[in-house]
Amino acid sequence: MTVIEADMNRKPDVPSLDHSFSDPRALRNTIQTVLLWIVALLASVPLFSVLYMLITRGGARLGWEAITALPPAGLEMGGGFGNAIVGTVVMVGIGALISVPLGVLGGLLLGAIAPSSRMSDAVRFVAKVLTGFPSILAGVFVYAWLVLGMGTYSAFAGGVALAVRMIPTVMLTAEQAVRMVPQRMKDAAFGMGCTQTQVALRVTLPTAMPGVLTGVMLAVAGAAGESAPLLFTALFSNYWIGSLTEPTASLSILIYNFSGMPFPNQIELAWAASLVLVLIVLVFNILSRLIGARRV
Amino acid sequence: MVSLNTVAPAAASPRPGLSETGVAIDARVEKIYYGDFLAVRDSHVAVEKGQITGFIGPSGCGKSTVLRSLNRMNDLIPSFRLMGSVTFLGQDIYAKSVDPVVVRRHIGMVFQQPNPFSMSIYENVAFGLRLNRFKGDYDEKVETALRKAGLWNEVKDKLRQNGLALSGGQQQRLCIARAIATNPTVLLMDEPCSALDPIATRIIEELMLELKQEYSVAIVTHNMQQAMRVADKTAFFSVDISKGGRTGFLVEQGDTRQIFHDPREKLTKDYISGEFS
Repeated sequence: MTVIEADMNRKPDVPSLDHSFSDPRALRNTIQTVLLWIVALLASVPLFSVLYMLITRGGARLGWEAITALPPAGLEMGGGFGNAIVGTVVMVGIGALISVPLGVLGGLLLGAIAPSSRMSDAVRFVAKVLTGFPSILAGVFVYAWLVLGMGTYSAFAGGVALAVRMIPTVMLTAEQAVRMVPQRMKDAAFGMGCTQTQVALRVTLPTAMPGVLTGVMLAVAGAAGESAPLLFTALFSNYWIGSLTEPTASLSILIYNFSGMPFPNQIELAWAASLVLVLIVLVFNILSRLIGARRV
Repeated sequence: MVSLNTVAPAAASPRPGLSETGVAIDARVEKIYYGDFLAVRDSHVAVEKGQITGFIGPSGCGKSTVLRSLNRMNDLIPSFRLMGSVTFLGQDIYAKSVDPVVVRRHIGMVFQQPNPFSMSIYENVAFGLRLNRFKGDYDEKVETALRKAGLWNEVKDKLRQNGLALSGGQQQRLCIARAIATNPTVLLMDEPCSALDPIATRIIEELMLELKQEYSVAIVTHNMQQAMRVADKTAFFSVDISKGGRTGFLVEQGDTRQIFHDPREKLTKDYISGEFS
């Protein structure tokens, strides 16, 4: 007889520690766990069915020609959407060139330099409103301001419209990242004889960099998938981009145009373009998580 | 005499007032306020050259507040106000013409919580040198500072590793190396061992005794034995709660031996006998 058995024999009222479904608490726990699993699976049905459709229908057409050739005319066979990939990359690039410096410096102001000033309160409020703003209004705004002003649809106008969408995302995530930098690290920098600007640029920003880059990647992924802001700023083009001041193709607008056409070839291309777009968004989302995970 | 209202000196220039004896910092604090709250009153403390001055006293007695006034770290708190004067080698550091940033480059600081930057060990130590646009051999300066901080042998093979990956005691020595890399005249230490275990504390204490050969050191500690072990001079603060506030003030300052064995004031005697009985 072991010591424990001896102990139990002496005290018959020792509680049982085993699982028991007759206990109402344990029963409720099991039911709720099962329910949550079912709801989670239901919630992922749309996601996986979209992915499944994209892969089966878009994957069939995805190939070297599809991603390098120009779009086909009406009843023509073959062709691709190489110009739309280039156009999307160029316009998202322009959007990032504008939104990253503005957004990161803005986030630094909100998070580190003057977190509770009236200026910051106003900027933060506007940025939050802007994240929930219908994206087509970004397009209307740039149409009225740039397209009419320049007299032409252009990649530049498209990039600016995307930047309008990206700035709040970059700025608000940068603010959060900057706020996470411990005060004692900033104290150390001040103690070394840093000016406020030096603390912000040499210590706060580098420390917050993984979080800042996460925001940038998310903004890029979001902008790559935008269609409304491009609809009447960049318009569309069937040709390779020649300059930043001419109408430019993008994946999202190509999908919109081709999926409504009566030609099976174009509809297949729209599916393939959708798959490419999702892959681009996915890559940037994964990058953002990898960068975010590097946080100390 | 060192000027506090121009840009900081090159890190390599000889430090002012090195060999003489005398007072490095002379603080005549009349009152320190945070907003309407009177935090410290009537405290005249001196940090002597080439010696370790310990600030001791119960919690809330203002010893950290006074220490942080010595290099204008308290300026970062918007409601902070100081009445009185603090002179560093004869110059009033609260004078209008003085740039607090320059003051902090002469009077370095080590904090309670080890606070290395999230960058490599090497860059942590080189940080102040880069800040001062030091032109010269960074490798040598970094090695010297790490050697003085007694950390070189432990980190020489991983200088590119992030400073935050070190243990707490190593991080604190890294912060000391970072602070002394630019050759400040005075080193202020705000409870530098309170977040460390006894072994790491011992190492830092031995380090302080070596550092005083070259630097004037002021250390806040809540550990009286630590003050006895390392401090040459000791300033004892107490806290006055008579008028509903909590106002710290200096009770007395003197040689550490005298403060602990033959205190002039009854407050000191009571505190020390309470601590050791």
